[in-house]
Amino acid sequence: MPELIAKPALEKAPLTLGTCRLEAVDLGPITSVALFPGQEKAMAKALKPLGLSFPDPNSLSAKAGVQLVWTGREQAFLIGVTAPDFGAAAAVTDQSGGWAALRLSGDKAAEVLMRHVPLDLRAAAFPPGRAVRAPLGHMSSVVIREEAGFLILIFRSMARTAWHEIEVAMRTLAARA
Amino acid sequence: MRIPCPLCGPRDRREFTYYGSDDYLNRPAPDAGAGPWDDHLHLRANPAGETHDLWYHEAGCAQWLRVHRNTVSHEIYGAALVAGLKGGAQ
Amino acid sequence: MRVAGKGLIEREKPVSFTFDGRTYAGFKGDTVASALLAARVRVVGRSFKYHRPRGVLTAGSEEPNALIEVVGAKNQTPNVRATVQEVFEGLVTRSQNRMGSLRWDLLAVNDLMAPFFSAGFYYKTFMWPRAFWEKVYEPAIRRAAGLGSLSGRHDEGHYEKAFAFCDLLVIGAGPTGLIAALTAARAGADVILADEDSRMGGRLLSNGETVDGQPGPDWVAAVLAELSSLPNVRLMPRTTVSGAYDGGIYGALERVGLHKPARPDLPREAFWRITARRAILASGALERPIAFPMNDRPGIMMAGAVQSYLNRYGVASGKRVTLFANNDGARAVARDLMAAGVQVAAILDSRANASAVENCPVYLGARITDTSGRHGLRLIEGHHAGGAFKLETDCLAMSGGWNPTLHLTCHMGGRPRWSEELAAFVPMEGAVPGLVAAGAANGTFTTHGCLAAGHAVAEAALADLGLSPAKVALPRAEGLPYVVEPLWAVEGKGRAWLDFANDVTTKDVKLAAQEGYASVEHMKRYTTQGMAPDQGKNSNMGALAVLADATGRAIPETGITTFRPPYVPVSVAALGAGGRGMGFAPQRFLTSDQASRDRGAPMIEAGLWYRPSYFPKPGEATWRVSCDREVAMVRGAVGVADVSTLGKIDIQGRDAARFLDLVYTNTFSTLPVGRVRYGLMLREDGFVMDDGTTARLGENHFLMTTTTAAAGQVMRHLDFVHQTHCADWDVRFISVTEAWAQFAVAGPKSRALLNAVLDQPVQDFPFMACGAVQLGGVTARLFRISFSGEQGYEIAVPTRYGESLFRDLVAKAETMGGGPYGMEALNVLRVEKGFITHAEIHGRTTAFDIGMEKMVSPKKDCIGKAMAARPALVGPERQQLVGLKIATGTPPCSGAHLFTVGDKVGREESQGYITSFAHSDLMGACLGLGFLKNGRARHGEIIRIVDHLRGLDLTAEVCDPVFHDKDGEKLRA
Ligand SMILES: [Zn+2]
Repeated sequence: MPELIAKPALEKAPLTLGTCRLEAVDLGPITSVALFPGQEKAMAKALKPLGLSFPDPNSLSAKAGVQLVWTGREQAFLIGVTAPDFGAAAAVTDQSGGWAALRLSGDKAAEVLMRHVPLDLRAAAFPPGRAVRAPLGHMSSVVIREEAGFLILIFRSMARTAWHEIEVAMRTLAARA
Repeated sequence: MRIPCPLCGPRDRREFTYYGSDDYLNRPAPDAGAGPWDDHLHLRANPAGETHDLWYHEAGCAQWLRVHRNTVSHEIYGAALVAGLKGGAQ
Repeated sequence: MRVAGKGLIEREKPVSFTFDGRTYAGFKGDTVASALLAARVRVVGRSFKYHRPRGVLTAGSEEPNALIEVVGAKNQTPNVRATVQEVFEGLVTRSQNRMGSLRWDLLAVNDLMAPFFSAGFYYKTFMWPRAFWEKVYEPAIRRAAGLGSLSGRHDEGHYEKAFAFCDLLVIGAGPTGLIAALTAARAGADVILADEDSRMGGRLLSNGETVDGQPGPDWVAAVLAELSSLPNVRLMPRTTVSGAYDGGIYGALERVGLHKPARPDLPREAFWRITARRAILASGALERPIAFPMNDRPGIMMAGAVQSYLNRYGVASGKRVTLFANNDGARAVARDLMAAGVQVAAILDSRANASAVENCPVYLGARITDTSGRHGLRLIEGHHAGGAFKLETDCLAMSGGWNPTLHLTCHMGGRPRWSEELAAFVPMEGAVPGLVAAGAANGTFTTHGCLAAGHAVAEAALADLGLSPAKVALPRAEGLPYVVEPLWAVEGKGRAWLDFANDVTTKDVKLAAQEGYASVEHMKRYTTQGMAPDQGKNSNMGALAVLADATGRAIPETGITTFRPPYVPVSVAALGAGGRGMGFAPQRFLTSDQASRDRGAPMIEAGLWYRPSYFPKPGEATWRVSCDREVAMVRGAVGVADVSTLGKIDIQGRDAARFLDLVYTNTFSTLPVGRVRYGLMLREDGFVMDDGTTARLGENHFLMTTTTAAAGQVMRHLDFVHQTHCADWDVRFISVTEAWAQFAVAGPKSRALLNAVLDQPVQDFPFMACGAVQLGGVTARLFRISFSGEQGYEIAVPTRYGESLFRDLVAKAETMGGGPYGMEALNVLRVEKGFITHAEIHGRTTAFDIGMEKMVSPKKDCIGKAMAARPALVGPERQQLVGLKIATGTPPCSGAHLFTVGDKVGREESQGYITSFAHSDLMGACLGLGFLKNGRARHGEIIRIVDHLRGLDLTAEVCDPVFHDKDGEKLRA
């Protein structure tokens, strides 16, 4: 029997330019949790052991390295833990391999990302605890605000393009200095 | 142009895909006959002024929105989730 | 020449640059125009039509004359305004629109021909003979016309695009904009202050006035110091807000690297899309020329520009300057010149009643009627209240009054309002929601008035934004009223230019009126006035006034042409920044991508995906050889292909089956768990949208596959159907295309190959079965489906294992006489089997057309069912899917039309067309799929194929579209 070797979505060494840093990260399991109609209570109960609550739009619920990130109407991604049994409360779908995660940090991170994302991502408008579905150039993405910058989820197949686009924005911004 | 998505907040037009009039929400009965079906699919008012039409928030929450706007002033009065509209499914 | 002690240039930082091959000295802070004026270079360009020598007219982006080419290592940029281009060490520039040297332009002969080159000249002259237009006239005109030239090479420069957001966008950093920004910033608003100039301050840098007792530039510096210290303020110098759009969006062009030597990664320009909750237009005003005879000589300049060159750049624009003006404001120019020791020959005031207090000759009621000086102004002639005059002068500073720079207020349909008092158009209020014009842009022409207005509109904006204003004391500044008495044109023998850039004179405008082009829009197009790079900034008002006069109407009745974005020329490269190369579209890579490339497979684009075309083996000279081998390999042994590009949608819920019944023509609620069914999806208008297989993984769990091409469209459609028609159903779906890597394993040895990699061998797994299998401890999904017509499977693993599984499958297949196959072979296999793709379901075909009308279930409703039953969509007049057998060796002919043998080959006789084509070794023929009128009844007929594009004229036998294994015995083996 062959042994299947798991490969990360993107094999790239971290890139640091000035104070800005881009790295590919492994988030562990990613599970889509789509609430069925009228199942809010059952969902809350299933999430209780994780210390999480189902997030409002454009936000996330996080505890102990596990986060539940809003990704659409009555839909969220559970990141960093194997999904518990949601019973009939939700449609549960493994998305782990389907997304590449990039972490962009540094004091110019918002400026870099706003080269491609048509949203106000500055800390005042988009503080930690916020997460949005947004286009990154022509690519669908989930942008999550972290203390030091952003966590960006992008389709695995497009990860190389996403990296390239962000790298170009970093280089371009750095060249202005 | 910016469309106020009820879920995502105001977003740039580039995030949306346009479909057409909100007439599309009122699907005739299967046996309604050729006339009503033809009207439903093809017969459109072309208002100079207020209009309701359907936009898909493709780069955001993947929701279909019914946008109330003005084709003359370009003002956008508001947008609602199609999924939340009463009587949408007929 | 330079004037000691004047100017804001950095004299300790000398810079050298070249113009037409000669090296010139300037200082940091100079523009090319100011440095050339300092060096007494008077002729900087040639005019568009007459090739007349032209000098610098203005000191801003509205410059019509001093248009130059900037030559970089990788770029050659034409029509750069020398008044905007900053000098830097190593800058290379040259003049344009000349043949020969700038001083002795061979095309200056056009000037002697001027009587013939009046408005409409081309329309009238080159009409006949008609055939001459394309071959003779147009090439000759094109050679002689046009302003700058292009290198003809790709623009290799780097450009940037970016988004920005703010509470308040302040457009222009003159006194109005600065006080507005300060007022808003102190109150805590998030402010962007954008200014076109390299240095903020607007007219305060040039007009010599004081603010709060300090020189204007010092007050500006203090305000800017405070603004730049605030975290809620973004200062954007060198940024022209070029357009106002719906929803508070503004386009802005930033010159990022154009004032520096090129560096890698440094963008030349950035195009900003700024979303502002409120905006203040503080873009100032533009001074307007006076159309007097022979007013285009180098040395004739705008008065405000002469003042700018003196006060800002420390340059005297002439040795003996004359002022010609119709308003009080311009007097300051003469006073500043005299104070700086520059001789002022005279002040010529066109008004009969005006003061005469200056320490130089002041003539009232003055008109200039002629000028002379071939390569620069030498002499002016005219008359004034005291009689005729002749004045030797090398620089004439003219001022016909000021026009508010209100362009942005017109970008959403606003029409300016005529102000009799200012003899100018002023902005219409509320024309751009959220934008308010203030200061000179709103017709307030004193510094005091500008400061008061800027402060007031900022406070109003703060109130709109729900912020309480902070204290900003209004500084003291000059407030002498602006008094103007219109003077648009002066009659005389010579030509009087209105539009310098396009060589349009008062005579041309009068001619237009005379020939019936009395509407301002018609006049513009007939004369080309306002159509040069300055877009009429210098000439619209004058031309309009002359037209009004010629047609006996008042100016407001005559109307004004429409200002549209962009306010300044915006390079396409900046608009499209980031859209080149890898930025054009995302590239989607399969998990098997590297493995395919390792085997030398050429990758082709399939939508955004890159897929292997074929896998060449040593000695295979052409793609056909590889493709034919791969087809034979699948039919004879086993092949492996990555099919992960197919859209995969995970559908769950108690109503999932019901939902599928609604979106598919056929029934899925009856599909047993562990089974797969082919489904056909229609649009609501009855035409086929997509097809694919859907597997029932559990009672309430389905996996739908879509075609690669329609994956996005199908998702949008499912969302639409769900949200509009059954939002309350218990169904949820999400794309899992990216979560699974899926491989087709096809051929008689497919089961053997699978058994070599699976933990447990495949047993009792009939055609159209599906289920979970284990693979090295990983749970995979197995589907017994085939797109090749052979016994086939598709196996899916979580994406991270995709590459590993592909390499394993291919390696094991090769030990069995199999291997990987690419898109070419995949196409041949499916054509041989008559399987359709989007080449066939291209949006104009129905279920009936492709022979699948029986798949539209009579027992239930589905999307598209009602319309698909329309009489015109079923019946013998429809073009129906057929197979075509053509002689071997035929070149590909997809797109060719079909004709009944013996019929005329014409559009109306066309019986159909070919959609797909394949060379089939198996069938010993070239195979086509296509649509033929009443095709299903015409099997066996010989049909004619005509392809005008490729020059083909062939015949083929019409047959069933399924060429291979019609009964599906191999599929079910
Ligand atoms: Zn949305």
